[in-house]
Amino acid sequence: MTTATATGATYKRVVRSLGTGAPVYALLAVLLVLLAVTDIGFYEPDRFLAFVKRAAPLVILAAGQYLVIVCGEFDLSVGAIVTAGVVAAAEVYGSFPDAPWLIVASGLLLAGALAGLVNGLITTWLRVPSFITTLGMMLILEGAVFYWTGGSPHGQLPQDFRQLGRGTALGWLPWAVVACLAAGALAVLLMRSDFGRTLVATGDSERTAALSGVRVHRARVIAFVLSGVAAALAAVLVGGFSGVSAQAGRGYEFEAITAVVLGGVVLGGGRGSVVAAMAGAFSLQALFTLLNLRGVSGALESTVQGVIVIAAVGIGAADWSRLRRRRTNSSGGTPT
Amino acid sequence: MNPRTVRRRTLASAAVLLSGALLAACSSDTPLDAPAAASGSTETGGDKPSKFFERSEYKRQLALARETPRGPAGRPWEQMLEPQMTSTAQYKKKGSGGVHLCFSNAGVFNPWRQVGLKTMKAEVRLHKDISDFTVLDAQGKDDKQISDIQELAGSKDCDALVVSPNTTATLTPAVKEACDKLPVIVFDRGVETDCAVTFVNPIGGYGYGAVAADFLVDKVEPEGKILALRISPGVDVLETRWSAAKLAFDKSELDVADVKFTDGDPAKTKSIVADAISRHGSIDGVWMDSGATAVAAVEAFEDAGVDVPPITGEDQQDFLEAWKDKKLTAIAPTYPTFQWRTPVIAALRVLDGKPVPKEWKLPQPTVTQANLDEYLRDGMPPLHYAMCGCQRMPGYPGDWGGKK
Repeated sequence: MTTATATGATYKRVVRSLGTGAPVYALLAVLLVLLAVTDIGFYEPDRFLAFVKRAAPLVILAAGQYLVIVCGEFDLSVGAIVTAGVVAAAEVYGSFPDAPWLIVASGLLLAGALAGLVNGLITTWLRVPSFITTLGMMLILEGAVFYWTGGSPHGQLPQDFRQLGRGTALGWLPWAVVACLAAGALAVLLMRSDFGRTLVATGDSERTAALSGVRVHRARVIAFVLSGVAAALAAVLVGGFSGVSAQAGRGYEFEAITAVVLGGVVLGGGRGSVVAAMAGAFSLQALFTLLNLRGVSGALESTVQGVIVIAAVGIGAADWSRLRRRRTNSSGGTPT
Repeated sequence: MNPRTVRRRTLASAAVLLSGALLAACSSDTPLDAPAAASGSTETGGDKPSKFFERSEYKRQLALARETPRGPAGRPWEQMLEPQMTSTAQYKKKGSGGVHLCFSNAGVFNPWRQVGLKTMKAEVRLHKDISDFTVLDAQGKDDKQISDIQELAGSKDCDALVVSPNTTATLTPAVKEACDKLPVIVFDRGVETDCAVTFVNPIGGYGYGAVAADFLVDKVEPEGKILALRISPGVDVLETRWSAAKLAFDKSELDVADVKFTDGDPAKTKSIVADAISRHGSIDGVWMDSGATAVAAVEAFEDAGVDVPPITGEDQQDFLEAWKDKKLTAIAPTYPTFQWRTPVIAALRVLDGKPVPKEWKLPQPTVTQANLDEYLRDGMPPLHYAMCGCQRMPGYPGDWGGKK
C-alpha cells in the first residue's frame, strides 16, 4: 500500500517535472531511435554534431518564439528577420568588403532587437493584436528587402563571418552547436529568473498578473525584443551555413511556431517549458532528416509532417488536460 | 467545464489547424528558378518514363539543339531555330506617333524574372519609336493577371500586348479574348491557344536536362553514383528536364543513387548532399534541374572534406564564380534570360508589318569550361544570370546591380 503510494508520488513527480512537454520527449526519442535504425552511422560524433548544427538556427528561433508565445502573443516576423539579416549582411559586405565580422554580427543583433522592440511597442501600446503586428512586420521586411536588392543581393559573405555557421571550434565542435547550447542555457536561466515567472504569469492571466504588480506591457516588450535578437542570431547561423540567399528565412516563422506547439506550449500562453520547445525544434529537424534518409518523395514529405504534428499535439492536448483536471480535483487546485 | 478549459481547447485545436496548414503551405510554396515553359497537353501511355514525357517533343528539342540558328551571330535573342514565318501585314500600325507597348507580367518573384525584367526595360529604352511602355505585375496571381490583360487589351490604348502567363490553362481564355482586340505576343510560358501572333521561347526542358546528363555520362567513370537534385515535383518544365536526364542515365552505366527534392532552399540542399555523401560513402556526380542551390551543394562536399565531383549548375553568378575559383569540373545549361529582349523586338516587327515566326524558338546556349570566362564578369550580384544578353546594353553593369 505504501509502496503503491510512493510509486504514485514518484510517477506524479516525474510527470510534473516533464510538464506538458512529455509527448515531445517521447516523439524525439522515437525519432532518434528510428534514425539509428535507418542509418547506423547517424550517431558517429561528426554526423551527430552536423545534425545538431543543422538544427541550431531552428532551436534558437524556437526558444525566442517560446518567450513570446508563453506570454500570450505570436511572432510571425522571425522568418523575415532571418532573410533581412542575411541579405543586409551581404549588402554591407558588398559595400565594405573588409568590415570586421564581429561588428557586422553585433549590428545584426541590434537590428533584430530593434525590430522586436517595434513589434512589442505596437502590440502593447497601440493594442494591435500581435498576430497582425508581426504579420505586418513580416510584410514590411520582405518588401523592404525586395525593394532594396531587387531580388538579387550584392556581395558575398566572407569566410570569417560564415565561421559561426560553417566552421568548427577545436577542429571538431561546430560553432553553431556552441551558439545553440549558449542560447539554450540563457533561455533556461531566464525562465528560472523572476522575469521568467512574470512572463508565464502574464500569459496565464494578464489581469491577475497586473493586479499582483507585474508590469505586463514591459514583460511582453522584452519578450519581443529577445525574439528579435534570437532571429538575428539565427540569421548569422543560416547565412554562415548556406550563404547568400534571398529566401534564407522563408517559412522559418511557421517552423518555429510548429516546434513550440510540438513542445506542448499552449498557444495563448501561460503553460509550457522552454526546454520542451527546443526539443520540439530538434524533433522537427529529426523528422526532416528521417524523411530524407528514408527517401520519402518530396510530394509526400509535407503530408507526413502534417500527420505527425497533428498527432503529437492532439495526443498532448487530450491526455494532459484530463490529467490536469484530475490532479486539480484531488489536490484541491495546486497551481501547476 | 469552466470557460478557461474551453478557451484552451479552442486554442489547442486552432494550433493543430494552424500548424498543419502552415506546414503544408510553406513546403508547397517552392520558389522556382526557371518558370514553367510551354506546356501542351501531354499524352499518356507507351514506353514513357513519366506522364510528363512526350517522345516527339523530346526528339524535336534534341534535334533543335543541333541546328544552327538563323539570325545574327552574337545576338542570340534575335536568332530563330527552324522558323515557320507568318504574315503580320494585318497588324501594321497605321498613322504616326510612337508605339505604346504593354506587358502583362506574371510577376517578379525570383531572381531569374528580376534580371529578365531589367533586361526587357533596357531593350525598350533602345527603341526610340516606343513612346510608352506599360507593365502590369500580376504578382504571381492568376486572377490579377486575367484582369490585367483585360485592362490592357480593353481600356488602355495599347498597340501590342506582350504576355508572360502565370499559369498555362487558367490564362488561356484571357489571352484568347485579348487576341480579338490587338496583336498579342506570348513568351516564356505558353498558353493553350495559338491565337497569339508569335510565341517566344527557347529550346526547352528536354534540351536542358539532356545537356547536363550527357556531361556527367562523359565525365563520371562507369558505375559512378549520381545524386540528382530537383526543386519540386509536378512542374512541367522541371519534369521535362528530369525525364530527359533519366533517359540518358538509364542508357548509361551510371548509377543514380538518389533523386531528392530541395525546394530550392540552399540550407536543405546542403543537408541532403551531406546525408547522401555519408550514406553512400561517396557521390561521383551531381545533376541539378536548376543551379540556384549549386553553390550549397559544392560547399557540402567541402565541409565533408571530400573533392567536389563533376556537377551541373546554371548561369547564376555565384555558381560561375565558385566554378572558376574552386576549379570545378562543371557545366551550366541555361534557360536564358535574354529571351526577355525578344518580345519587344517581335512586337516592333509585328507593328511594322514584317513577318515573324509563328513559334519563335531561341537558342539555349550552354556555359562550358571553354566559354566560362566569356560569361563570368566580376562584380555582379550573386543571383545575377549571366545569359542576360545585357552586357552591351547602356547602363550595364550598374542597372543590373553590378559594380562599374
